[in-house]
Amino acid sequence: MDSEILVVDDSAAIRKILQRVLRQTGMSIGTIYEAGDGQEALETLKNHKIDLVLSDINMPKMDGLQFLASVKASAAWKDIPVVMITTEGGETRVAEAVKLGASGYVRKPFTADQIKEKLTEFLEAILP
Amino acid sequence: MTELENLIAGSIARSTLEVFSTMLDAQVALGTVSVESRSPEASDGVVSFIGLAGAWAGAGSLACSPSMACRICSRMLMTESPAVDDEVLDAVAELTNMVIGGVKTDLEPSLGPLGLSIPTVVYGKNFKAKGAGITEWIVASFEWEEERLIVRVCLAPTVVAHASHHGANVPYPLEV
Repeated sequence: MDSEILVVDDSAAIRKILQRVLRQTGMSIGTIYEAGDGQEALETLKNHKIDLVLSDINMPKMDGLQFLASVKASAAWKDIPVVMITTEGGETRVAEAVKLGASGYVRKPFTADQIKEKLTEFLEAILP
Repeated sequence: MTELENLIAGSIARSTLEVFSTMLDAQVALGTVSVESRSPEASDGVVSFIGLAGAWAGAGSLACSPSMACRICSRMLMTESPAVDDEVLDAVAELTNMVIGGVKTDLEPSLGPLGLSIPTVVYGKNFKAKGAGITEWIVASFEWEEERLIVRVCLAPTVVAHASHHGANVPYPLEV
């Protein structure tokens, strides 16, 4: 069965890049949903069965760490892997994300090969 | 330039070269680096701003021509971008986020934790931009395919809440 993925980023440019790279991994991916902030992402989770979330940290309305905390606090969503993709490269932000339950962390900027390799790793881990 | 200005200038160069190399698969060449104490002259084109806040506060800014903004978008998204539109402005915003985000990460070991705001991008003609309370910008120019990108950063110490921890209202000390 194809994996359903949610990409959360306030930048439409980054969402477009991630959509393209995810399709290029050659993995079995179904719908790739998009959200522009944490609130929109929570709404998407309510309405769809998501297998993997890729989320930015620095976003308006609800940032990525608040969103991650909400996901991990929910009995229904706590097992969904959430990978943070962000320019926030500081050790404290990484530690905070890991402490909140992030499954991984990818720092922007990235080359197409780097992000493809990372996403393939995460997808292989969640795909049956 | 002071020790901090050199640190910021070096970080701007490193971060800009890295972002262009990774996200656009492009090599930019560092041109001049200077400290400017007045606001930029009225200009045309695309200008972005992003705020930095913490024990040191200020802003970062990128400026380029409309054609360079279109080229940045085309390379970043692998798409055709013949004119400045929402997608082009969004690509410049993300480029700003990554370049100044890289500077922020470089500076945090010396200046303490810094927050990064959401970027704003302006596209127009004959406009002038000024940051309130900003007196000096570290300005670096980069050349890319006969176009010029200007990256500016300004940072100044703020009186911080935890200063009372040190027993006085002093800014976060620079530790290089």
